Amino acid sequence: MSDPFSGRPRVGLFVTCLVDLMRPSVGFAAAKLLERAGCSVEVPTAQTCCGQPAYNSGDKADAAALARQTIAAFEGYDYVVAPSGSCAGMLKLHYPALLADDPEWSGRAKEFAERVYELISFLVDVRGVEAVDAEFPGRVTYHDSCSGLRELGIKDQPRKLLSSVKGLELKEMAESEVCCGFGGTFSIKYPDISNAMVEKKTANVAAAEPDLLLAGDLGCLMNMAGKLKREGRQIAVRHVAEVLAGELSDPPIAGTK
Amino acid sequence: MKPTTESFKQNVRVALHDPQLQRALAGLPTGLVANRAAARARLPEFEDLRDIGRDIKDHTLAHLDLYLEEYERKATAAGAHVHWAATAAEAREIILQICRDADAKVVTKGKSMISEEIGLNAALESAGIEVVETDLGEYLVQIRGETPSHIIAPAIHLTQEQVEADFRRLHKNLPPDRVLTEPAQLVGEARQVLREKFLAADVGITGANFLVAETGSSVIVTNEGNGDLTQSLARVHVVVASIEKVVPTREDVSAILRLLARSATGQEFSTYTTFSTGPRRPDDPDGPQAYHVVILDNGRSEMLGTAFREALRCIRCGACMNHCPVYGAIGGHAYGWVYPGPIGSVLTPSLIGVKQAADLPNASTFCGRCEQVCPMKIPLPKLMRHHREADFELGGPSLPYRIGLRTWAWFAQRPKLYHMAARLAAAALGAFGRRRGAFRRLPFAGDWTRHRDFPAPQGRTFQQLWAEHKAGALR
Amino acid sequence: MSSRDAILSKIRSQLGVKRDDAERRAIVEERLSSHRRHLTPGRVKGRNVEELLKLFRGFLEKESATVIEVDRKHDIPSAIANYLRTNNLPARIRVGGDAMLTQLPWGSEPHLEMLLGRAQPSDEVGLSHAAAAVAETGTLVLASGPDNPVTLNFLPENHIVVVEERDLVPSYEDAWDRIRARFGSDGMPRTVNFISGPSRTGDIGGRIVMGAHGPRRVCVIVVRNSDSAS
Repeated sequence: MSDPFSGRPRVGLFVTCLVDLMRPSVGFAAAKLLERAGCSVEVPTAQTCCGQPAYNSGDKADAAALARQTIAAFEGYDYVVAPSGSCAGMLKLHYPALLADDPEWSGRAKEFAERVYELISFLVDVRGVEAVDAEFPGRVTYHDSCSGLRELGIKDQPRKLLSSVKGLELKEMAESEVCCGFGGTFSIKYPDISNAMVEKKTANVAAAEPDLLLAGDLGCLMNMAGKLKREGRQIAVRHVAEVLAGELSDPPIAGTK
Repeated sequence: MKPTTESFKQNVRVALHDPQLQRALAGLPTGLVANRAAARARLPEFEDLRDIGRDIKDHTLAHLDLYLEEYERKATAAGAHVHWAATAAEAREIILQICRDADAKVVTKGKSMISEEIGLNAALESAGIEVVETDLGEYLVQIRGETPSHIIAPAIHLTQEQVEADFRRLHKNLPPDRVLTEPAQLVGEARQVLREKFLAADVGITGANFLVAETGSSVIVTNEGNGDLTQSLARVHVVVASIEKVVPTREDVSAILRLLARSATGQEFSTYTTFSTGPRRPDDPDGPQAYHVVILDNGRSEMLGTAFREALRCIRCGACMNHCPVYGAIGGHAYGWVYPGPIGSVLTPSLIGVKQAADLPNASTFCGRCEQVCPMKIPLPKLMRHHREADFELGGPSLPYRIGLRTWAWFAQRPKLYHMAARLAAAALGAFGRRRGAFRRLPFAGDWTRHRDFPAPQGRTFQQLWAEHKAGALR
Repeated sequence: MSSRDAILSKIRSQLGVKRDDAERRAIVEERLSSHRRHLTPGRVKGRNVEELLKLFRGFLEKESATVIEVDRKHDIPSAIANYLRTNNLPARIRVGGDAMLTQLPWGSEPHLEMLLGRAQPSDEVGLSHAAAAVAETGTLVLASGPDNPVTLNFLPENHIVVVEERDLVPSYEDAWDRIRARFGSDGMPRTVNFISGPSRTGDIGGRIVMGAHGPRRVCVIVVRNSDSAS
């Protein structure tokens, strides 16, 4: 049901646990972009995490409990939008699979999934946003996070909007579609493999000689930013929404200025 | 083959610190990966073929009993001896008996992952038979006493210098001052050495990429032609193939063949695709006098009634491992059994048990690149996830991990408490980390901060700030 | 219970099916007898013979094979003699009992020595007559038998293959129709070889080297006008 006063579509912002805890500025950037795209934004407080840590650890029971909680929390919104391809993929593709055998919830999960979108693809594909009002003087490279790319088909949408940012030069890195090695709990369970993967990623990032590295998922961004910082490389890291919304007052991820 | 899957983490450390392996793996993105992309781009029907390939295999698996019976009937009519082996031990015994009956002294082998799976070489050798791998990569691995690290490029982990050293060590009857600095010279030497073996062999053993029910044929696909010399020069040709290799017709094989080489090496077609039907015919001047096919189950029929049935579509092209960033970091040996990479992480737990191979399906970021390139559209991440679920049911993950997960899940299912805890965590971490922007060391994330910094949070949660923002807006 | 029966009954129980399910049998029988094709690549669909030949030739040459076109069968001996001379190869050829090949006017090249029968380890050049040639990937189709023994395709370092233009077909499936026409609906010779170039390997340092175990060189002679009188 769209907003009865303004007629605007009502978007429930799925903040994601990482943005909530680590980087609220991404949430505000997302809200700003959504409002500029003509949506009214609300943030249900009954949301926590999409459940991937449990789901990806084989803990179906807890994952299903979180799925039900999330679905209930976003009842009644026209859209559910997340500034993360990974979490949006979980909500959109895995909730219906997870609850398929639950007679009470399988239908709700499917209905819910139809309303779920990742932020940038929602702006471009659903709201028809062609350009943003933002400026970034410098060279940027973009990492395609796996779930967004392969589960939700997010590839051109962020590039399209970035190309409208004044002063921004997009320089593609080699293997931008290869995983950065984050993988949620993977980075804790297999830190050595995760490190080998992120080392290759930061080498590819550095080879593009950007001022700023962008992606649409905070997990990947924290992983890459942490590695770049450890390697002493002077490359800032931000969520793509921050640049598109012109929300650059906070220091970049793992940065101080 | 004895698994080392339980020491996966140790295997990983060894692999990550093997400079020669790392050098070899670094060539994958510009080699097999780039080649596949180019081949796919040259064939606009490639994605349609993936659907067709999946459907052919699904249809065959749904009627597997009937196609196997039909295959057996046709092969037998063409003069083949068809044997059935429920287990690896049975398969070894059958093949050993064939070799004994043929009074075999020398056995040549084409590349066969199934023969690795059943530990065939060791069994034949302990019976006093000389076994010679003839695929060049397999030969390189055999003379080092190793196992293949990739299903289509067995020696991908070896460098040219290692091969030269091995040849000088082993081929003692050749002049010591010979020049072996070019790959072509090394290949030439292997050709010469192995040619003698082909000619001396009593029995030639090959695998099969496919069995064709319509004609009773076995099919091998190679670039070297070693499989053909193996099977046409020995007196006896033995094929060892697992039950899921069967397909209905030559039309079905043709459709799948359009995917195989393109997915594997990026070639338009492999150099040699060979269909063998029975032994030599009465007026044939060459070819084997006897032809045996050993059909192996070894746990596969068990998979048919489960979600893992989809993994039986695999045509062993290796694309999933070529594109896997985990394989690209650790190579094939670390996986600890016959099949490495994503397909190994699905097959190995299915065939030897989840408990023994729990690390394999867990060591994935679920990046999905394997499924994206799999010519048979096997949902590899989904199947790995099913193994994780089984592992979790069995109490697989470590106690600290389970406690951590349970604690987090308990909070996450209580939003009010969760938000309070998040506020405290954000405030504490933010206060300590703000000056540097990131942590070099964190007590509860030691494995993370060993390799990289942990970014500091901004200090307050989004929920907290949003509530204030809304309250401010209303005021 | 034999392993055979154990495996088959395990498969049936896992699939949840019965051995004597007539409906399943009918589906399988229909599939086996219909030889249904799946997809013909657009690159060969609706192409004339010149276009097919260009494709065929292009793929083989990319794999470092030599492709020679001759006008008539009559011209084959001299084309072979030329090829051998140009590549510094001995003028001694192993050939099977293939009627077309053995009846060529070899007298025009008196220095060429023809050896009949299966290949021997000392043979340097093998000569075969392809049953078909597939344009879609530049692939030769050889059927084994006394005419064209399979060892000719693999033992000698050099393999010369004669293809008649009328046997050049668009797709693999078309080649199977040729095989069916010759050997019966579900018949096969002992060996059918699909060959798409010289033997090669990439197993040492990832570099492609020709002549791993089979022929180092492949020469394809296409007879453009095979039906004309000599």
